Amino acid sequence: MSTSSPTHPAGAPAASGSGSSSLGTIFGIAAVAVLLVAPFGVYPVFLMKVMCFALFACAFNLLLGYTGLLSFGHAMFFGGSAYVCAHTIKVLGFSPELGILAGVVFAALLGLLAGLLAIRRQGIYFAMVTLALAQMFFFFCLQAPFTGGEDGLQAVPRRALFGIFDLSKDINLYYVVLAIFVFGFLVIYRTIHSPFGQVLKAIRENEPRAISLGYRVNQYKLMAFVLSAALAGLAGSTKVLVFQLASLTDVAWQMSGEVVLMTLVGGMGTILGPVVGAAVIVTMQNYLAGLGEWVLVIQGAIFVLAVSLFRRGFVGEIIAVMQQMKAKKAG
Amino acid sequence: MFELLGIPPQALFGQLLLGLINGAFYAMLSLGLAVIFGLLNVINFTHGAQYMMGAFGAWMLLNYAGIPFWGALVLSPIVVAIIGMAIERTLLKRLYHLDHLYGLLLTFGLALIIEGLFRRQYGSSGLPYNNPLPGGTNLGFMFLPNYRAFVVVASLVVCIATWYVIERTKLGSYLRAATERPDLVQAFGIDVPRMITLTYGFGVGLAALAGVLAAPAYQVSPTMGSNLIIVVFAVVVIGGMGSIMGAIVTGFGLGIVEGLTKVFYPEASSTVIFVIMAIVLMVKPAGLFGTAK
Repeated sequence: MSTSSPTHPAGAPAASGSGSSSLGTIFGIAAVAVLLVAPFGVYPVFLMKVMCFALFACAFNLLLGYTGLLSFGHAMFFGGSAYVCAHTIKVLGFSPELGILAGVVFAALLGLLAGLLAIRRQGIYFAMVTLALAQMFFFFCLQAPFTGGEDGLQAVPRRALFGIFDLSKDINLYYVVLAIFVFGFLVIYRTIHSPFGQVLKAIRENEPRAISLGYRVNQYKLMAFVLSAALAGLAGSTKVLVFQLASLTDVAWQMSGEVVLMTLVGGMGTILGPVVGAAVIVTMQNYLAGLGEWVLVIQGAIFVLAVSLFRRGFVGEIIAVMQQMKAKKAG
Repeated sequence: MFELLGIPPQALFGQLLLGLINGAFYAMLSLGLAVIFGLLNVINFTHGAQYMMGAFGAWMLLNYAGIPFWGALVLSPIVVAIIGMAIERTLLKRLYHLDHLYGLLLTFGLALIIEGLFRRQYGSSGLPYNNPLPGGTNLGFMFLPNYRAFVVVASLVVCIATWYVIERTKLGSYLRAATERPDLVQAFGIDVPRMITLTYGFGVGLAALAGVLAAPAYQVSPTMGSNLIIVVFAVVVIGGMGSIMGAIVTGFGLGIVEGLTKVFYPEASSTVIFVIMAIVLMVKPAGLFGTAK
């Protein structure tokens, strides 16, 4: 898998399309370089929004794409962490880094609880259980006194990171968000390419066989679930810093649907897919914001189109074409 | 006894009746979901939207065509079922050979489209629908509105008729056989693809019928389906999708539990079904009537 020689035997399973690692490193460095200068050309808040949702989608993809678990309730980790982060910063006076930490810890604990329940069922039931648990959490947030009900928590102060970097300036915040995004992305990349990640893939491909090989499948699933929840929480907390807002939108089922859509459009089971998907969907929402209810219709239509016509998503289709070309060259 | 608990019997039985009506809708919707899932292996996320379409169908028939409730009770489910069958023929059919998750994602997308279109046209707030059976009976311990009694009886009749057809008739035996082994049933000369289409139409029709029944009981609103369907999913997880009777009993039972919660601890009434789901998952993961699969 780490070989960079172009003489792959035709049809060899090129480890879910991660490509050769040296090429990947070059691409990664180039992408970070572009992101470093991007705020001078593009509105930074928009880029930060894309990065938050990209991280959220990557965390979700760790479950769906690499473990084969469709969670329809990831909004509870994203939004729950957002509420905790906003509350600790605004009401308890936490610094940004502690607020984010509190949000992530909360999301991980919530992930542990929800995961313990959800992994008791497989496949389609797993999706329904996570959706129902997230809805329960939504009603909890609707009624709980510290979430601000319908208003949410508004005007969360940004303060200074580690007491040094003033985050009230968009450009400073941008680099912090970029650092968080790259950190989260690398954690996911590292997880996927570790022996642990290989076991997750084995579970995705053939769960009974993984069990028969002696793996404690449920423990692996739970670990993946908690990790995914924690990273979704990281995305949610970061979003609070960007928009200074935590609201019911973040925990509603539509948010869970949106992250599924991003991953599906970008390409589930690919590393870059969720990033591309998040960029596409957030851009679309930005341009279509004036159209009101049509956004819902268009999102639904994209769902239907993606499932019917290009199930591999943008990145998945590109990888498939590249592999075909490689096979032609070799043959 | 009621005085001891500090709850007036009027409130208690009133909430019980409301719970029973909610339960009737849970039962009809989870029944449709179970029938569809049995044969198509698709969790029909559009079910809530189709329930909403049934209610809007009744509203449109009344306001645009002047057809009263009783006509809509027959017409609206048929129209929605035909639309559903068209969806099955054109979109769902292509996904049967894939992972079940794709069916869920496709129907989720369809639900967004339908809800979005209705919200654009009619706004998010509810539209009123006149009660076709005004008045009620005083039972001594409570006042029983005629229409609510009708909803409970009608849904019970529909549920039990469905159970009878599936479990006790020849047609039902084909359906059950095709659920187990579609390939063998096809080999015996039964047109399974047509059966699948009709089954989907039937399940969707049930949802629409529930929608028509719901129109006078609640308001007709584009979001009525998406709020309900998630609760119905929890009901399905609690009951398990293995048995038709299980779906009916669980639906009514949970409706009553929800109604009682409204009396004794109203804050928890919106979450009680999800809490029960969590408990069932811990104790009996396959669901109350389910078999481990």
